[in-house]
Amino acid sequence: MKKTILYDTHVALGAKMSLFGGYEMPIQYSGILAEHKAAREAAVIFDTCHMGEFRVSGANSVSDLETILSCPVAALKTGQCRYGFLCNEKGGVVDDQIVYRMAEKEFFMVVNAATEPADFEWVRGHLSAGTRIENLSAQTAKLDLQGPGSAKIMQKLMAEPIDGMKYYTWAKNRYKNTDVLISRTGYTGEIGFEIYCSNDLGRAFWNDSLNLGALPAGLGARDTLRLEMGYPLYGHELDDCTNAAESGFTRAIDAGKKFIGSGVVLDQTQKRRLLVGIQLLGRRSARHGDTILDNNGKPAGTVTSGSFSPSLGYAVAFGYVALPASAVGNQVRIRTDRQELAGTIVEVPFYTKATGRMALKDFLS
Amino acid sequence: MPTPANLKYSKTHEWVKIEGTNATVGITGHAQEALGDITFVELPKVGADVKKDSACCVIESVKAASDINAPVSGKVSEVNESLETGPESVNSDPYGAGWIFKLSNVNLSDAAGLMDATAYDAFVESE
Repeated sequence: MKKTILYDTHVALGAKMSLFGGYEMPIQYSGILAEHKAAREAAVIFDTCHMGEFRVSGANSVSDLETILSCPVAALKTGQCRYGFLCNEKGGVVDDQIVYRMAEKEFFMVVNAATEPADFEWVRGHLSAGTRIENLSAQTAKLDLQGPGSAKIMQKLMAEPIDGMKYYTWAKNRYKNTDVLISRTGYTGEIGFEIYCSNDLGRAFWNDSLNLGALPAGLGARDTLRLEMGYPLYGHELDDCTNAAESGFTRAIDAGKKFIGSGVVLDQTQKRRLLVGIQLLGRRSARHGDTILDNNGKPAGTVTSGSFSPSLGYAVAFGYVALPASAVGNQVRIRTDRQELAGTIVEVPFYTKATGRMALKDFLS
Repeated sequence: MPTPANLKYSKTHEWVKIEGTNATVGITGHAQEALGDITFVELPKVGADVKKDSACCVIESVKAASDINAPVSGKVSEVNESLETGPESVNSDPYGAGWIFKLSNVNLSDAAGLMDATAYDAFVESE
């Protein structure tokens, strides 16, 4: 069982801890609903040190990553971040990740905790001679500061102005007289930042953020926040046996290039199902693994994630549904352990008032 | 949250207040703490007969759903309808405003197997 650098802090704060991705992680501190609300209305900080970071560099790094990742790579400007998949030859997803272009021939990849060791081997195994990969995970602390109130906190802590940062870009900044990397990215949908720095600086940033009013938030709230936004969770909506094209996240897939798995992913005839958002009729939740029935009562799919949505007041779910039953507006029934729940297929995001893409200056004044 | 001395407790973490042949039932402070934020309570039907130690309604938190058992047998006489829109009072006031249902025609001999507050606290410690 692995621990992040902030394990003792979480325990001291009274967090309920649980195993996630091989790490003992905080699920909640003051409560999932309170932390979720703070993320949407104020500021929260997540310990995401368990996630993995790789640096890929060298003469062929662009073409190698163009082959390995489903998203565009060469077209990225230095300073940009892009969400994409590592696919296998069958079109399944090895992991989802965000790639940062650091320089013309240098990239930073941020991957999930549970899959970090396998991802490293996967990427390394597909690089050409002369392309270098370094696993920076152990020495890199990652904290996520999120919420409409996060910009003011971030600006207080960073030496350089942050007001010019566009959504899904990264920049160097200085914190405690040391260079750090910050990006305007996150998993909540709100204005927010991810900071990458040394382990010591990570601890300091956590403490400074709390002192400036950020509420510690755990994986419980992280899950309700991302689900409301329609963001996938690897192992639920994405896995190595599921055709990436069926996830519907077309922005992560460059349909104009050949990449590992593109033979399946770009072949429309291989799409049999579609990931859909389902709005449940009430507060009762559907859960991962529940069967989805079409409006004739026939099994048509499976729930991949489900929860009560704190911001909306009803339950929402994600699930894969056979193409013929997958149209937005279709009625479904979900068979849970105890009863059947009524639902409707809807567009995602479920929550449409998130601040994440808004102008940063409006949150700094 | 202290365990009220005037109530009785089941091994499945329900509390019951017996008054004559009537009873009020809810879940304990320990139970709501373990469940986390309650998001839904499925109330039993008024008029339904419930049996001691049988599941009679369901409580959902963000992370999971859990059965609530009747700690004594009886007939459901009233349910706390405020929980339909405000299930969070089960967390904030599990022994007061967070009561879940009331019973009439209670089988009083069922109460013999229930724990008092001291025994319940010891039971929670030992789990």
